[in-house]
Amino acid sequence: MSFQPYVRTDILPEQAPPSTASGPIAWMRENLFATIPNAILTIVAVYFIFSILHEVLPWVIKSSWAAGSLSECRDVIRETYGPDSTGACWAVIRERYLQLLFGFYPPFPGGEANGSVAVEGSMMAYFRVNLTFVFMLVAIAPLLFNSLPRKMIWFSALFPFLAFWLLWGGSIWPPLMVLAGIALGGVAYGVLSKAVSPLAGVIAALVTPVIWWLLLAGPVAGVLHGIAPIGILDVATDRFGGFMLSVIIGVTGIALSLPLGILLALGRQSDMMFIKAMCVGFIEFIRGVPLITLLFVASVLLNYFLPTGTTFDLVLRVVIMVTLFASAYMAEVVRGGLAALPTGQYEAADSLGLDYWKATRLITLPQALKISIPGIVSTFIGLFKDTTLVSIIGLMDPIGLTNVIRADTNWNGIVWELYGFIALVFFLFCFSMSRYSMYLERKLKTGH
Amino acid sequence: MSAITDPPKDGFRPSMLIYDSRYRSMTIQVVALMLFMLGVGWLVSNAAANLAALGKPLGFSFLSDPAGYDINQRLIEYNSQMSHGRAAIVGLLNTLLVAVMGCALATVLGVTIGILRLSHNWLVARLMTLYIETLRNVPVLLWIVLMMAVFIESFPRPNDFRGDNATASMYLNDSVALTNRGFYIPKPEFFDGSLIVVLTFLLSIVAIYVFGKWSKARQAATGQILPNGWIKLAIFFVPSIIIYFIMGSPIGLELPVLKGFNFKGGFHMRNSLIALWLALSFYTAAFIAENVRAGIQAVDKGQSEAAAALGLRPNRTMKLVILPQALRVIIPPLISQYLNLTKNSSLAIAVGYMDVTGTLGGITLNQTGREMECLLLLMLCYLIISLSISGVMNWYNESVKLKER
Repeated sequence: MSFQPYVRTDILPEQAPPSTASGPIAWMRENLFATIPNAILTIVAVYFIFSILHEVLPWVIKSSWAAGSLSECRDVIRETYGPDSTGACWAVIRERYLQLLFGFYPPFPGGEANGSVAVEGSMMAYFRVNLTFVFMLVAIAPLLFNSLPRKMIWFSALFPFLAFWLLWGGSIWPPLMVLAGIALGGVAYGVLSKAVSPLAGVIAALVTPVIWWLLLAGPVAGVLHGIAPIGILDVATDRFGGFMLSVIIGVTGIALSLPLGILLALGRQSDMMFIKAMCVGFIEFIRGVPLITLLFVASVLLNYFLPTGTTFDLVLRVVIMVTLFASAYMAEVVRGGLAALPTGQYEAADSLGLDYWKATRLITLPQALKISIPGIVSTFIGLFKDTTLVSIIGLMDPIGLTNVIRADTNWNGIVWELYGFIALVFFLFCFSMSRYSMYLERKLKTGH
Repeated sequence: MSAITDPPKDGFRPSMLIYDSRYRSMTIQVVALMLFMLGVGWLVSNAAANLAALGKPLGFSFLSDPAGYDINQRLIEYNSQMSHGRAAIVGLLNTLLVAVMGCALATVLGVTIGILRLSHNWLVARLMTLYIETLRNVPVLLWIVLMMAVFIESFPRPNDFRGDNATASMYLNDSVALTNRGFYIPKPEFFDGSLIVVLTFLLSIVAIYVFGKWSKARQAATGQILPNGWIKLAIFFVPSIIIYFIMGSPIGLELPVLKGFNFKGGFHMRNSLIALWLALSFYTAAFIAENVRAGIQAVDKGQSEAAAALGLRPNRTMKLVILPQALRVIIPPLISQYLNLTKNSSLAIAVGYMDVTGTLGGITLNQTGREMECLLLLMLCYLIISLSISGVMNWYNESVKLKER
């Protein structure tokens, strides 16, 4: 007989766990009220959040978007929400957001002489800056995402010249002549390395562009401009400002400081005593002084070190200093990555018979850079935040503009709205950079 | 297959300077050295020519000229008749003042926030993440000027404290006044006999140290643990309080009082100092919090499990097992955050706090027109501060390095 009274023949369906072990109540018990101190902390935190929101939310919502001055703003808010209400005066952002974005850049270049008035048939306002920004996104895209076609790199290489011409304006020939110098170097290398020797090719590739830029580029550009005057209204850099200025300084600094930093790091790791001493001295000096002193050097001292009578653009000087500053920090980050590589990697590269540059380019540097991504990106973020320091030497970056706006009698006394807006924009830029670095780390992870 | 070749036997040829790896590095270094010398020489000769053309050859004698400007925040005696050099020292002391205050507050805040971020409490951990991300991703200069603007615009004027229906009131039993001209806090006053109280206090600190050593030795010998915390607390407070009352309360507080248009008496903390201090501390605290979190997470989980297996309670696990190991990871980045805070304190110039950048690199530079000398000295000041801080860091790293035998 196979009758077994106590054995169940079918499987019972799964039951939901008891309500105290899963679901929101269990979650709260585990994460918010696990112990008595924990529960106290939770209550304090909830009270804290509540009191902040209680103050901030009405202020944000009971606001005024349309007013010409702070007092008008307050009147509008009192009329709308009752006599005792206070609220944010977002009208200041509405009135000044173009200035905060573009500074005093002429909106309609090619229109009136100062470019501030639209004339019939002129292009859209600020199209030069906006176009540059769009181009910048296109130029950066192939560097950020591997899936895009590799040919786009050529546009990225051309972009700096295009951006310079679009932003600063003037004749198209000088940027083209600078570009021609690089092309000439390439041609010289191609011809001489085959005809004479590779070394002669390298030397020629370095010397030819320099001679071209110093002696010939200027006159040739002048002649060509005489023949074919292609150009747009030029804009002096004292009209640059707002977030546009921050992005110009930040992006240029970021793009230049990484290669410079890598070179400095390699120099610091090098066996050549003098090269090493030079790199260590440079890095430690730059890291030992605050950026503001370097900006002072850029604004008042740099001209002393150049031949009498030479002056060049303040924004360019600032970009150079910011780049040098960031490259010293970058060098330390990259050096950390190089030092973290196991010695076996260097030895394996040597045993394969690779020379120094091949070993660095193919074996050690890619791995070192991968390790140092978090540090590199936080240096980038630091650099972008540090662009605000230029307001101290009188450039009109967003913080410099707040002084202008707050000095205006209409907006005298405005604090939170203005700084809050600028903080929000900076937060968006920096936070997205840090998120991208996390994505990159995940993407490049080769471990298990 | 290529046969192994003998090294070339023939003598030295000039082309070996480039193609032979034994000599190549020498060639490169010599070329680099020459280019470097040429570059430096060019810059220096330009600078010398330009300075000579302007009629101000390099020299530091201007430092002993009378400065002619006032500094409202000063730690040592200073007036406008004193020299530029003295003004620079006043500024340097102000830099150090705000740096030390900032480092202290940033450490306390940063450690608290970093530990709370690791809390099991979901809400608290998220709040701390929010704090860290908000503070870190916005420029410190913005925090400084925002803090200053809030102080000036939002705090009451001294006049608002006046009268029967004053719109503002003082805090903590009429001893602290927060105004838009700065904070007024009580100042300690020392009368006869106060020296004995202070001495007692210092002695009790020594006693705490001695007691700690004795208690440790006793624990090692007998295995018994005393309630160390309570005893130390008692040694800290009790003798000083007893002596204080025996001597007839020789230390008092001078309270700020509203007189005329402003508060008089007490200690005046200018709002430029407070704004700079708070903004730098809050900003740096976010970075320190991340360092603390990373340091605690860097300690292997097995360590706390092993400590639990040995029967240590959670707080003793933290104190005896986790923290000593975490500190080795935390301290080096912590010190470089101190360095960053010190360098960021140069942004004082944005709120008018007279630090060394404001005096030497600001007013002195503008008045004397000695850009080269002022900036050189300014950089030298910061370099000395930075190098001494990194010297401390190297010394610490050396002393906590894992000693492998």
